[in-house]
Amino acid sequence: MSALWLTIIGASLGCYLLKLIGVVIPKSFLERPLVNEITHLLPIALLSAIVAIQTLGQGQGLLVDARLPALGASLVALRFKAPFIVVILIAAISAATLRYFGLAA
Amino acid sequence: MRATAGATWVQTRSEIVRNAISIGMAVATYGVSFGALGTTTGLSIAQTCALSVLMFTGGSQFALVSTLASGGTGLSGGLAAVLLGTRNTAYSMRMNPIINAKGPMKLLASQLTIDESTAMGLAQDEKSFSGNASRLAFWSTGLSVFVLWNIATLIGALAATTIGDPKTLGLDAAIGAGLFALVYPQISSRRHLVIALGGALVALSLANFVTPGVPIISASIVAFIGGYIFTTRRSANS
Repeated sequence: MSALWLTIIGASLGCYLLKLIGVVIPKSFLERPLVNEITHLLPIALLSAIVAIQTLGQGQGLLVDARLPALGASLVALRFKAPFIVVILIAAISAATLRYFGLAA
Repeated sequence: MRATAGATWVQTRSEIVRNAISIGMAVATYGVSFGALGTTTGLSIAQTCALSVLMFTGGSQFALVSTLASGGTGLSGGLAAVLLGTRNTAYSMRMNPIINAKGPMKLLASQLTIDESTAMGLAQDEKSFSGNASRLAFWSTGLSVFVLWNIATLIGALAATTIGDPKTLGLDAAIGAGLFALVYPQISSRRHLVIALGGALVALSLANFVTPGVPIISASIVAFIGGYIFTTRRSANS
């Protein structure tokens, strides 16, 4: 089995066990203020980090290209409460257009 | 999404199922994006679809695929996915007494415990029709999202294999925008904004020095430190 398949199955199993242990571990643990706060903040910190790396990362390093103005365009769409698919399309079209006219890499 | 008060069970039931199907269709648009991004970032169609069946939690799936796409190892991608899956633990804990599933149904209910099924289950009055409204809302939303999410993933994965360089179509920018759309509504206060910017800053400042994937995982430290500071400050004030 390839390493990629192992990653997919292993991470899926991890995600499933996280769902399952909610049934088993005592409710008082997750209701502790610190645990509750961290479970709320964790997705925000991780997703923001992924957005940043996805927008500026290039291998082991950083690169400013068409992805940055595209993210700016998606922020405008989000501020106007555009649906998910519209936000994605606006980002893709912005980046594609900038590249087509040679305005950004 | 709460069912209308004073309605009969038959009316309530069809209203809940209708809502469940519309949520599934809304999520499907996002599933098409996931399928397309999966195959354009180097996963096979089978691998992309396996993620939607087995992992079945959108944020984690996007995290895994985008970490791999940015050159991260399988371990860091898998770790990012699992860290993002922790909120489902809170969901299943909250839903368990309401669903009250037994034996193998408990195992199935766990897999279907995601943002949408939890939100719909909690939106009903827990006592309405002796809990049947909550249970139906959870199960119908979970199943509707599961079925439509997986069909959508396959459609997206197939469609994307027919196009050329993903950069020409701006699909690399679309991944960032998709994740941005996921995190944006969660930033509802100044504290959340601090955590979001902190996470991004930690990742970017490490990007030049460590192997891809590690900067993303490292951002979780911001949640731990922030959680500790916010909690102690709150208890000091009260």
